[in-house]
Amino acid sequence: MAGNRLVTRRVARWLDTRLGSAKFARTALGKVFPDHWSFLIGEIVLYSFVVLLLTGVYLTFFFDPSTNEVVYRGSYEPLQGVEMTQAYASALDLSFDVRAGLVMRQIHHWAALLFLASMVVHLMRVFFTGAFRRPRELNWMIGVTLLILGIFNGFAGYSLLDDQLSGTGLRIAYSITLSIPLVGTWLASFLFGGEFPGPDIINRLYVIHILLLPALIIGLLVAHLGLVVRHKHTQFGGRGRTEKNVVGEPVWPRFAFKSIGLMLLTASVLAALGGLAQINPIWLYGPFEPAEVSSASQPDWYMAWLDGALRVFPPWEIRALGYEVPAPFFPAVLLAGITFGLLYMWPFMEARFTADVVEHHLLDRPRNRPVRTSLGAATLAFYTVLTLSGSTDVIATTFGTSVNGVLVACRVAAIVLPPIVALTTYRLCRELQLRDEDAGMAPPERPRIRWELLRVWELPKRRKQRKADARAEATPTPTTVD
Amino acid sequence: MSPDPHEPTPDEAAPPEESGAPAKPEGEVSLAAEPTIDVPAGDAPASGGAAGPERGCLGCGEGGEGGDGGPPLGGDRPTPADEAAARRAELAVASGFLLSTAGALGLAVVYWRGGQPQLEGLFLALALGGLGTGFVLWSKRFMPHEPVVEARHPIASTEEEVDRFREEFEQGEVILTRRKLLVRSAGLALVSLGAALLFPLRSLGPRPGKGLKDTPFARGVYLVTADNQRVRAADVNRNGVLTVFPEVEADPEHPDADPRPALQADSPTLLIRPAGTPRPRQGREEWTADGLIAFSKLCTHVGCPVGLYQADEHLLLCPCHQSTFDVLDGARPVFGPATRSLPQLPLGIDDEGYVVAEGDFSGPPGPGFWDRDR
Repeated sequence: MAGNRLVTRRVARWLDTRLGSAKFARTALGKVFPDHWSFLIGEIVLYSFVVLLLTGVYLTFFFDPSTNEVVYRGSYEPLQGVEMTQAYASALDLSFDVRAGLVMRQIHHWAALLFLASMVVHLMRVFFTGAFRRPRELNWMIGVTLLILGIFNGFAGYSLLDDQLSGTGLRIAYSITLSIPLVGTWLASFLFGGEFPGPDIINRLYVIHILLLPALIIGLLVAHLGLVVRHKHTQFGGRGRTEKNVVGEPVWPRFAFKSIGLMLLTASVLAALGGLAQINPIWLYGPFEPAEVSSASQPDWYMAWLDGALRVFPPWEIRALGYEVPAPFFPAVLLAGITFGLLYMWPFMEARFTADVVEHHLLDRPRNRPVRTSLGAATLAFYTVLTLSGSTDVIATTFGTSVNGVLVACRVAAIVLPPIVALTTYRLCRELQLRDEDAGMAPPERPRIRWELLRVWELPKRRKQRKADARAEATPTPTTVD
Repeated sequence: MSPDPHEPTPDEAAPPEESGAPAKPEGEVSLAAEPTIDVPAGDAPASGGAAGPERGCLGCGEGGEGGDGGPPLGGDRPTPADEAAARRAELAVASGFLLSTAGALGLAVVYWRGGQPQLEGLFLALALGGLGTGFVLWSKRFMPHEPVVEARHPIASTEEEVDRFREEFEQGEVILTRRKLLVRSAGLALVSLGAALLFPLRSLGPRPGKGLKDTPFARGVYLVTADNQRVRAADVNRNGVLTVFPEVEADPEHPDADPRPALQADSPTLLIRPAGTPRPRQGREEWTADGLIAFSKLCTHVGCPVGLYQADEHLLLCPCHQSTFDVLDGARPVFGPATRSLPQLPLGIDDEGYVVAEGDFSGPPGPGFWDRDR
């Protein structure tokens, strides 16, 4: 024991004399993190990404993203002698003839689902507690970018295998790209290397999936965590916790041990899922044939809202002067653009609408920000309906009703449900606040919401007023500017 | 020229993390069962600036704002009250680690014996889970849990720092702006370089052209199945559907190569013999042959193959987004997100009874795009 300690000491000393690491390490180990269960979700994102990297590297040793046609001679009997691409064949070999290959592939896929799921929940945590407010707007935007990159990389990943389901997904992606006005046909050609299916798409997706997007994600993750360190973590209010301090536990030793434990437990759950819960059984789908399709083609969950939007959006298109904007543009491109655009802009919109521009390090309880909370809940309701709409056919067959009926119900729900959820949430927040007041808790001071900004019809009048004010201010005191 | 860059800024002169931090010597962090309280009460008000002490415990000294003498948060919970409880906790942690060891051994044995995905996953989960549980229990039962307070510092730099930065930066800026010609020509060079670097992007794909709008179908082209067999009218039963493709000439350089008509992505076609009588569109009265009618198999929504034929309602259904087309009414979309009818293929029968195309589709097959009608 004593000898051990001596060796670590000597190593630490050696490093310190080269790097000056002791001072830095001491600061790092003493860094204080507030404790709350909801702060774990972001850690789960990080740890499922670690699992993704490890299993992903293993998979690249065996997967071959080539579209050369080969005849399958592996050990999966039903596909013996079938012509398929090298990509699909190597994915089959990986699953059946590489020992531990299947479990690695399934862990990888489950980890991708968890990565995105925990990212979305983490985003909800940050949104509903107001952790995106000044000074953390940039980190919020980095987080939204990470979500977008994660969605793209997930799609790229399951599209690599060139099975029937992924080929159908790629066909839809191609058509969505094609639907973009003016540049769509060029973009699609540049992405796929020609007309669908295109000679290069699998190869390009592979580079995108294993190099381009992971590198971006790693870079942004580092920036994201770096900013967390820079800003110091937010905390909920409570005794002794103020805007000027952080109350929690230092990294070393308890927090570090708990966090490593969480990483191992995350990996453990993913390993259990990867071993016991089958996911994406590509051998059942068969190789991709452009003329064929299987019923109940569902994408992974994080793409389901887009697929659902494609289903529920009415058959509207714009045709004028011989040009057209096809129907898929609106639900797939425009909706996605609006979704992420609003996410990016939210911190700034909220600051503007509440005239709240000061720094915040104490988190809101969602009930104390009823407007934000109800807007967020309504948004979640909308995207939940869209996600469910991605399975209209499955819902219809499961419950023995007509697909058309389910689809119409989804269309109605997508419009009706969000306002209902918003009103209910608002009411609920108010009730909870009243209960807090009864219990003797004073509601925290809230920034004034500037509802007048919503009255757009008053905009011209207000602008005129502002100008008049500025003139009135300018004339009596002719002070030099700056 | 500029101030010495090594001159300490106010922040560097007073490093923020210096005072009152956990007072443990490096390399000698004790993980023993008896927790040490990081910051004794007397240590807290070390720097005593406007933001309060850098770090301290809650409720001790003047550091604990709002603490007014109450007991510190968390209390002395982690110390197991008696030796027996500590022993039990130790056993729980150790059994987690032992479980993990067993899982790892199991994984190795399963792999050695030829591998089995379920068991591999299970043992891996056990190995990771045991270790994780051990770590979590260890930290929860045997490590100090004293809330520590750390001061926040303003994010923004002080006015003085900003001013100094601006001064230094502007010294460089002056040099930049003095030689207008150099700046402008450098800017021109950079813009040109950027534009030139865009050109290689052009190699990514061919110009999107007629390929999107037409298919190998033309007057006299035979319809073949996925196995490259020509089709006779009698091959399609009443209410039957057959997926067909245009026959492609074998590549003269590779006469043995299988042309694989099924690999053509834009020309799969449905040859249907509906039970009812189709109501032909204007100008398409002669496009059916011997009771057969043919439509593009690609949905006009996002191009999925329209794979389901509901014969008794003569409806074609796309399994991707449930667009539905009425075969008797020129494959008009009657439900779902599709906006256009499926393009129709004019059919004929040759002298030997094989089905041939009488031309290309009535419109570009598949999903819409910007200049589709041009």
